[in-house]
This record gives sequence, structure tokens and C-alpha cells, in this order.
Amino acid sequence: MTEILIKAEGLSVHFPIGGTIFGKQMLKAVDNVSIEIEKGSFFGLVGESGSGKTTLGRALLKAAPISGGNAHYTDGEVEYDLENVSKEQLRDYRKRAQLIFQDPYAALSPRMTVRDIIAEPLEVMGITSNRAETDERVREIAAKCRLNLEHLRRFPHAFSGGQRQRISIARALVSAPKFIVADESVAALDVSIQADVLNLLKQIQSEMGLTFMFISHDLSVVAHTCDHVAVMYLGRLVETAPTRKLFDGPRHPYTKALFSAIPSLDPDDRGKAQKLEGEIPSPTNQPTGCKFHTRCPHAIDICKTQEPTLEGDGTGHEVSCHRWKELMAAVPA
Amino acid sequence: MSALIEVENLTLKFRTDEGLITAVDDVSFSLDRGEVMGLVGESGSGKSVTAKSLMHLNTRNAVYTPDSKITLHTEDGPVDVLSLKTPRELNVVRGGAISMIFQEPMASFAPAITIGKQMVEQLQLHSDMSKAQAKEVSVEMLDRVGISDAGKRFNQYAFELSGGMRQRAMIAMALSTKPKLLIADEPTTALDVTIQAQVIDLMKDLVDEFHMGIIFITHDLGVVAQTADKVNVMYLGRLIEEGPVREVIGNPKHPYTQGLLSALPKLEDLDAPLTPVPGDIPSPLERPSGCVFNTRCGQVVGDQCMSKLPVDVQIDATHQVACHIYGEAPS
Repeated sequence: MTEILIKAEGLSVHFPIGGTIFGKQMLKAVDNVSIEIEKGSFFGLVGESGSGKTTLGRALLKAAPISGGNAHYTDGEVEYDLENVSKEQLRDYRKRAQLIFQDPYAALSPRMTVRDIIAEPLEVMGITSNRAETDERVREIAAKCRLNLEHLRRFPHAFSGGQRQRISIARALVSAPKFIVADESVAALDVSIQADVLNLLKQIQSEMGLTFMFISHDLSVVAHTCDHVAVMYLGRLVETAPTRKLFDGPRHPYTKALFSAIPSLDPDDRGKAQKLEGEIPSPTNQPTGCKFHTRCPHAIDICKTQEPTLEGDGTGHEVSCHRWKELMAAVPA
Repeated sequence: MSALIEVENLTLKFRTDEGLITAVDDVSFSLDRGEVMGLVGESGSGKSVTAKSLMHLNTRNAVYTPDSKITLHTEDGPVDVLSLKTPRELNVVRGGAISMIFQEPMASFAPAITIGKQMVEQLQLHSDMSKAQAKEVSVEMLDRVGISDAGKRFNQYAFELSGGMRQRAMIAMALSTKPKLLIADEPTTALDVTIQAQVIDLMKDLVDEFHMGIIFITHDLGVVAQTADKVNVMYLGRLIEEGPVREVIGNPKHPYTQGLLSALPKLEDLDAPLTPVPGDIPSPLERPSGCVFNTRCGQVVGDQCMSKLPVDVQIDATHQVACHIYGEAPS
């Protein structure tokens, strides 16, 4: 029996954007999303810019306001209803849930030494009581992230992109969190360094028993790191499945298009990709029916009027498409 | 095929407070009309600096060695790019015969001037078109790169367009002067995969249509595989491997090229471990002696790697690599 760390049901994040005397217009960044994140797993969240993946990650960290639905966090020690936490609970939750940012150049203060950067959460959250304790904790976590004592005295500008990302990781880990959201954490890195950082995340995850939500637009990276993948489009979950299942047989036309857009290393594959036309619609002006129908090559009348719901097959593979069965039958995988 | 641009023994150093820093070291290559070349390497490998030299666009503290030579073949005869001095002379390689697309389209457009005004301005600078003609050409070009409602977009500002749209507008602007050579510096890195695929397609169509040469700078070997005819791999300012795209990606010879390929997550084999090239690219202030890659190489064959610069070895007629492993064999 696997334990669930975070269970979200019908989670929505809506932002008010201006308005008229007739009422406010709402931007539905995340709309009615239900997910379950297993304890100790690597949960991948995939989608284009504007799909709401970052906002969902932030909502689960209580860094974006939850405007509907609920999210339940339980790690064996505490249980929180994230849509409704007290100030005290929130203070504790901050220690348990952390974020690793995308850009290691922007995320680190240039005026603080690496030691101070890593130690700051400990001091702010009052986790350690004296300097000796703080230093010990910092050294311990730095070693895990392959930073040595010499590194701790320097300032961020002296480090390369990969090393900086390791510093950000150390800072996120220092409060001994249970849940980490890594938002495009390797997108800004060269391939070789990307491989290095991914390996480090994997290693830390198994050593410390962490649960990761890994947000990325790069499907090949997600395929290599995650146990379970959810695909988002315009604030909706369109498909979710264990990684293998998703990569062996994607069901939603959007997921298929995402796969096919990954540039293949084989020059003979040129022109074979099934191209997706157009761009993701503005979230303030969403299409009716299935959100994807404006770009879907298989859209029929029902897709324009009726919104599909997530349909499971009992194996954890769920898809939200009116025609997936029909399409799977037509094109044998 | 006639050569469009020839680069010979390009060596470029930057004068800094810490002394001369070598950014590009003895790089030679040539590109034909209608040919797409991928220029690959990590950050700090010198690929952008090399590309900028073609437009004589490096900062003032750049020092080119005397035997560096870049020749651009135009309809009016060959142009020695590095000898160009006045702005008028430089116009030929900056936006005239050579255009460049940058990575971050938001930073490349002036934010307070409409897209159209910027396009018209550069067209008038490089040709004797009237304002009306220039506008007509610009709108046509915007339409050509797949921007819907081009007449309306013409009067909009960069911030009003989405990322993919901006990159298309950038391409339209770069191509409106009908350059012979297009330099694209990481043009798809900031884009989503779906938009990236659209932009790659667009660029391929445009090569066919305008028959120009493209230098595609990227660190993404997948993008190279899908676009380039030939590939040059750079490391710490040196060209370490070059050849046709099939050869370099399918049969990489240099340990660094092999390393880049094995660091890439592959969809065909999810169980394959990701193996990074160990270590970081050294600071240009601490260039290793001998082969520049020796500090990270797992296949060092002997002292010569530490002391002697490897020479280019022909693997076959078109594929060459600078590595001592292949210098050993007498064949």
C-alpha cells in the first residue's frame, strides 16, 4: 500500500484581473485539478508556458491562493488541509515544503556568501538555536550537494551554472523538507550539467526519502526522472499516468503532439513530426468545450461544446478526451 | 557549390584587466550557399563569439590575431570582413548580407517602438526603398513567417506578442533584407517544444526559398539533428570535431562529442543512466595546456594529451576530429 503525501481534489487557482461594474473577470490559471502525489515519488508536471503548471506547484506550496477545491497534506507527523491552514500550521508547513527555482543566476543573492545563503532558512525559521548548530547543518547539507568548505566562503558570482543550482538545492534542503517543488530546475543548464543535477536530485531523493514535484516542459527529462506524469493544458489536467504507461501509449492528442515535437536525434526523422498548429490560447479568453479543440487535429462538434472529464482505466492512466478510445483504435500504437 | 563564407585561422582574444583571454583559438570552416551548419558547444565554448566575429560585432577589447581571416563572398566580389572599419562599410555584414537572430526575442526588439517601425527603419538603412515600399515588404514578410493579421501586428509593440510570435517577427525582420547568411543564436531555446518545432519548420522552408546559408548556434543536439547539414563542435574556443550531421551524431569520435550525446536523456531508452561529462568547463583564464579537453576527458591516451595540441585527423573525406586517440593510429 502506497502512502499519499498530497491529495488535491478539484483544486482551482483563479486570479481576478481588472473588472467592470458588472463584476470581476477571473483568470483561471488552474481549474478543477485533482492529483495524488505518492510519498517518496518523483511526480512530473508537464505543459507549455501558460498551462498553469507553475501555479499548481505554487498552490501546493501555499505560495499561490487556492480559490476552490481542497488539498490535503499528510506526512505521518502532521496533517494539513492546505486550502485552510492557520498561521501556525503554515509556518510549520514552510519547513516541510520547499521550492527550487529555475534560474540559478537570479535565485541567489549576490551579496551573501554561500554559507549565509544556505543558512538563511534555518535562521528565519528558527530551526537551529545557535551558530555552531547552524554551521553543522549547513556543512552537512552542502556535502550532500557536493559543495566543499572552500565553496561556502565564496559568493555566488564565483560559481558556474551547475554549481549555483547545487547551492539552490542545498538551500531548499536545509530545513529538512518532505516535499519539494522543482520548477524547471534544469531548463537553464547545459546538457552535461543538466544530467549532473538530475542525478544529484535522484540521489538526494532516495537518500532523504523526499517527494518531488518536478515541473518541466521537457518531456525527455521528465521521462528519465519521474515515476508519474501529469500533463496540463490551459489550467486543466488532460492526461495523467505512470511514466512508462504515458510514454508507451499517450492517449491525449495534446500529449501525442508534445512527444512528437521533441527534436529527434535521428536526422532521418526530419519532417516526420506531427506538428501542432498555433499557440496556447490566452487564459483570460478560454475556448468553450474541450480547451484543446482549437488546436486539435481530431476535434469534432462535441469537442467544441462539451468539456470532457478525466476517464481512468483502473491502472492509474487517466485521460480527458472525448475521442481517445476511437483514436487509439484507429491508429494502433 | 560555391563558398559563401570562409573562416581561416580565426583567433580572438579579449583584452581584460586579468590579461588577454583567448575566446576563439585557430578556428577554420567554410559554409556554402543553401547550407545549414550547426555550431554546438556548452556555455563558454566560444560559439557565440565566433558567430559575432562574422559580423565584426565583438566588443572593442577584442583582438584578432593577424592571420585571422574571414572572407564573405557577395555578388560584388569577396569582402574581407575583419578589415571593415567605418559604419558604412560594416553595413554589408551587419544586416545587409548577414543577419542575426538572437536567443531572447523580447530583449532584441526595442520595447517602445512598434515592430513595424523597427522593420521599416532597418529596411531603409539597407536599401533605397521608400517608406511605403518598406512597409509593404515588412507586412509581406510578417505574413510569410506565419503571423496572422500581419497588418495589425505591424503596428504593435513587442510586449503585445507571445514568445513564439516575437521569434517569428524577429525572423521576419532578419530576413526582410534578403541576407545571404543568417546566424541564429539559440533561436528556439526560450520557446516551448511545440513552438520550437514550428520555428524549425519555418526556418527550413526559408532556406529552401531564399537559398541562404544558416549558422545555427545551439546546445541542443536534437535541434541540430533536425536542421543542420553539417555540425561543428566547439570546446573552449577550439573546433574539436566537424562533419556531416549523420556522421557526427551517429558516429561521434571526440570524447567530448560522445559525452554530450550520452548526457542527453533519450526517449527510446528510459533506463539508460544519464552520464554527465565530469567537471565543469574550465575558466578561459586557466586554459589547460595540450588538448583543452584533458581536464575532463575519460580517455586520455598519454602525455601528449597534456602537452601537445592535437591536430585535425581525417576520419573520412568530410569528418574530422582533433584528438590524440586518432593521431596514434598510422592509418
